[in-house]
Amino acid sequence: MLEFFLAFLIVAGGAFTFIGSLGLARLKDFYTRLHGPTKATTLGVGSILIASTIYFSRLQGEPSLHEVLVTLFLFITAPVSAHLLAKAALHLELPSLAPRPGQENPPRD
Amino acid sequence: MIETALVIAFTLVGLAVALNLWRLLRGPSAPDRILALDTLYVNTIALLVLLGIHLGSNIYFEAALLIALMGFVGTVALCKFLLRGDIIE
Repeated sequence: MLEFFLAFLIVAGGAFTFIGSLGLARLKDFYTRLHGPTKATTLGVGSILIASTIYFSRLQGEPSLHEVLVTLFLFITAPVSAHLLAKAALHLELPSLAPRPGQENPPRD
Repeated sequence: MIETALVIAFTLVGLAVALNLWRLLRGPSAPDRILALDTLYVNTIALLVLLGIHLGSNIYFEAALLIALMGFVGTVALCKFLLRGDIIE
């Protein structure tokens, strides 16, 4: 039963990581692309790290909490880097699919 | 069962790394490339943790932690450079 749960967590983590990177590669403008990898960090790597915690806790017979450190660190730093990237993109005035305030028709590509 | 799941996850994360590299090489603007690099190191953490589970060893975890730390510092420095034109003012 625990083995099934671990396998599910690992496959779900891999799938979310792949979907996040697919979004990064396929979406149209930078601001939507920024949205994809956020999922990869929170759900994908998070569930792989939880699977690793449970696996090593069972293997060693005592709680193994190293991986929680990486999870916490990633969850704290990912929003900060995303915020800085969005600020840099706005500073460089990258084109967006959404209309700017006061502009009627959004520019296409 | 865990072995099969690991093979599937290795394939998926490897494909994700390939997609990140494509965006890193192609990316029309500088923030695109920085975002691709950021995602690349997060995916590398996932790959290292999967390798640790596969080999049943705990030592790859330190490498993952170092990549997380240094990758974050690198992303912040590159964004600061884009925003200000300088890293340390």
